[in-house]
Amino acid sequence: MKKMKAVFFTLLATAALSVFLIQSGVHAQPQAEQAAKQQPKQTAAKLLIQAPDTVTQAPKMAFFPCSQCHAAMPANKTERALAFHAEIGLKHMPTGWCYSCHDEKNKDKLKLANGDLIDYSDSAMLCGQCHGATLKEWQDGVHGKRTGMWNGSKVYDNCLSCHDQHQPAFKAIKPMPAPERPEKIIYKKKK
Amino acid sequence: MTTALINFFKDASNIFKGGPKYYMLMGILGAIVAVGLGAYYLQFDRGLIVTAMRDQVAWGFYIANFTFLVGVAAAAVLLVIPSYLYKFKPIKEVVLFGEIMAVTAIIMCLLFIMVDVGRPLFVWHMLPVIGTINFPVSMLAWDFFVLNGYLAVNLAALGYVLYCYSQGRPYSLKVLLPIVILSIPMAFSIHTVTAFLYGAAKARPMWNVSILGPRFLASAFCSGPALMLLVFQALRKYEKVDIEDKAIFKISEIITYALGINLFFLFVEIFTDFYSNTLSGVSLHYLFFGIGDKTSLVPFIWTAVVFNVIAFAIMLTPKYRYNFKTLNVALVLMIIGVYIEKGMGLVIPGQTPDTLGEIYEYVPTTPELLISMALWAFGAMIFIALTKFALPKIRASKDFEH
Amino acid sequence: MIKKTRKHPAAINLDRRTFLKGAALGAAAMALPPADADAGILEGFFQKHFREMNDEEIKKVIDRLEKDYSKQFSKEVKVKVTKPMENVVFGYGLDIGRCIGCRKCVHACVAENNQSRDPQIQWISVLKMKKGAKIADFESADRYYQPEQVPEPGQFYLPVQCQQCENPPCVDVCPTKATWKEKDGIIVIDYDWCIGCRYCMMACPYGARRFNWSKPNIPSEQLNPNTHYLGNRPRPKGAVEKCTFCIQRTREGRYPACVEACPVGARKFGNLADPNSEIRKAMEHFRVFRLKEDLNTKPQFFYFFGVKANRAEGGK
Repeated sequence: MKKMKAVFFTLLATAALSVFLIQSGVHAQPQAEQAAKQQPKQTAAKLLIQAPDTVTQAPKMAFFPCSQCHAAMPANKTERALAFHAEIGLKHMPTGWCYSCHDEKNKDKLKLANGDLIDYSDSAMLCGQCHGATLKEWQDGVHGKRTGMWNGSKVYDNCLSCHDQHQPAFKAIKPMPAPERPEKIIYKKKK
Repeated sequence: MTTALINFFKDASNIFKGGPKYYMLMGILGAIVAVGLGAYYLQFDRGLIVTAMRDQVAWGFYIANFTFLVGVAAAAVLLVIPSYLYKFKPIKEVVLFGEIMAVTAIIMCLLFIMVDVGRPLFVWHMLPVIGTINFPVSMLAWDFFVLNGYLAVNLAALGYVLYCYSQGRPYSLKVLLPIVILSIPMAFSIHTVTAFLYGAAKARPMWNVSILGPRFLASAFCSGPALMLLVFQALRKYEKVDIEDKAIFKISEIITYALGINLFFLFVEIFTDFYSNTLSGVSLHYLFFGIGDKTSLVPFIWTAVVFNVIAFAIMLTPKYRYNFKTLNVALVLMIIGVYIEKGMGLVIPGQTPDTLGEIYEYVPTTPELLISMALWAFGAMIFIALTKFALPKIRASKDFEH
Repeated sequence: MIKKTRKHPAAINLDRRTFLKGAALGAAAMALPPADADAGILEGFFQKHFREMNDEEIKKVIDRLEKDYSKQFSKEVKVKVTKPMENVVFGYGLDIGRCIGCRKCVHACVAENNQSRDPQIQWISVLKMKKGAKIADFESADRYYQPEQVPEPGQFYLPVQCQQCENPPCVDVCPTKATWKEKDGIIVIDYDWCIGCRYCMMACPYGARRFNWSKPNIPSEQLNPNTHYLGNRPRPKGAVEKCTFCIQRTREGRYPACVEACPVGARKFGNLADPNSEIRKAMEHFRVFRLKEDLNTKPQFFYFFGVKANRAEGGK
């Protein structure tokens, strides 16, 4: 009788232990995924459009990586006019300032609304948070400059290829020359 | 048969014979033609850029003249109907001259088209069988057939009558009547097709109106016979051709009706466009009042309207219609009025403002004017030559024509 | 043969024999080609309509044209005759909310399609119109604006080029069938068949067609040597030309030059027959309209306002 009790409890303990182990194994997977998300691949923006089309990269920034200066500095969350980076005149968004998009802790990353950090090259995801309709149109190939092949691989230009992220509205430019008026079109003798 | 043909061509050489006045006239006309040929060489070499036509106004003075002359050609039938159908004897004699005028006018029309196209050597592309004529969809294709057909019919009628006369016998109505009957609907057709040429261009609101066809016919039937009446009076005076006053007065009655209808149609157009005041009426506004400082056609169209109204007033009054002095004044005013109103007064405003709203003021250049003058001079030469050829025969026919 | 002479004093002393001799010599002289002409002129004169030539004849024509052009421009010029793709109908979308009137499309087109520089030909017209005026108000449109900067405040810009209509009035009126609509929707012109009557220019409601009033002049270094027989090959004097949706590019899957040149992404292009193409998506996204729709020409060129017009710095 004593022996049977011992076997039963051992079996119960083994079962409980194995259940516990299996459970932790199952829960370990989503954690692995979460870890993977925190280091997004460079081609995440490509996930937004069909492969094998091309997404152009964002233009190079003047000072990158940002952490080479900012690693040592603490983050100053007071909204103010910046001394350095003064040339960036922010004309974007009705309210908000630098840290609306840039992450305070990791200056080499941008910050999404849900706190996720993304690379600068995936900035389309950040722009798309507010400009959702435009993002949808861009994914369909209907927004932006169009190059590539209409029946083959198109080129989807990254938002920053055309828009300055801090002053996205296009500046006025000098137009190319007007056509000649018909009165001015006359025969000119050629050599 | 061979002798008849040889005689026919022998008589054709009459064209080169005449008094000093004849040679002077042909010489002056020939000189104008020569100058025009020089201008045409310039145009052929450099392209149509020597004209004032540009993309905005791509049809100009040449097509304006073409349109007026198609009307003159169609009007020859006005003389044909009373003469052959109603056997109105006084007109019978002058029918031949009317047909000569029709032939001349058609030749001038075809020449005006030839100088207007950008690649004249390749016009054979428009021929049936060896080319690819776009019949029956394109109105220009229809114009090709009806103009050449009308020319052929008139040449046939003329040729047949003169051939009979040169053989010293009267012509047979059995042969001539079918040809002549055919020419009547053909005369209507050439002008209707030309009106449809304009009407088919739905891009041009001033042309895309149903009254264009009737307007063309009405203006043709007053200007064409008016030109002929002037010519007949010249023939009476200088060549002692026997044309009865009755014939001239009958034709001037018909002209009066046509001019009245023409003025009414003009009034109807003006009312519709100015009262409705839609954007399609801008062309007529440009024609009569100009737009902004672009007023180059305004003096011309008002001249045309005033001339036509004065001419109509004269023609309405029997006292003045039966007086040759005032009649001739009316005829000249009418011809100038219709020439302006149907020529430049139709072709240019139809394209102004152009389909994208631009106003380009078209003023013909010197080469254009010289070439046009040369074509008119050439037409005059053809008419005079054909008349010279036909006259002796017509005179001779008096002996055997009742 | 007894000589017959006219006795009239003023008449020229010409008898039948002499006249016939002179006429025959004159005709023979005219039949001789000029000293420096080559057989190409006669071949060019008798060249058949493009659609009536079989492949062999087309090849001969292409060879001759390539030789002529290469000689004329001192560089190797290729003339293609790429056929339309199957199940393709081209459509074009233009966002007049975005167009800033910079005319980059106009000049990209001129460079790509070998348009004459002097006299100047430009297939695309950009019209400036006032905001708040009638939609597509052509009466007050201005092609010749030349401000310091575009877009100008209170204005919007409407570029117009050949609309490649489904129901084209230009094709109907051409007397020689020199212009026709191809299966992929592009309306093309056989420049060597066109006689230059300009009736198509009267019929086109969009002012899309241009005429070569004089021999076109393109500097050799600016010539684009990749040409198509029905597209951007150098044109002869006296022929009509117009936008062909860059037939030399689009039939090989590339975008027209104007689409690629537009810096603000106002131009969309694609295959209307493909429901997944961006032109179809554009038509679903935006409320498209066509110019002068009441004329029932059924253009394949669709306009829309993708955004509030001209949010660029200049155009408030």
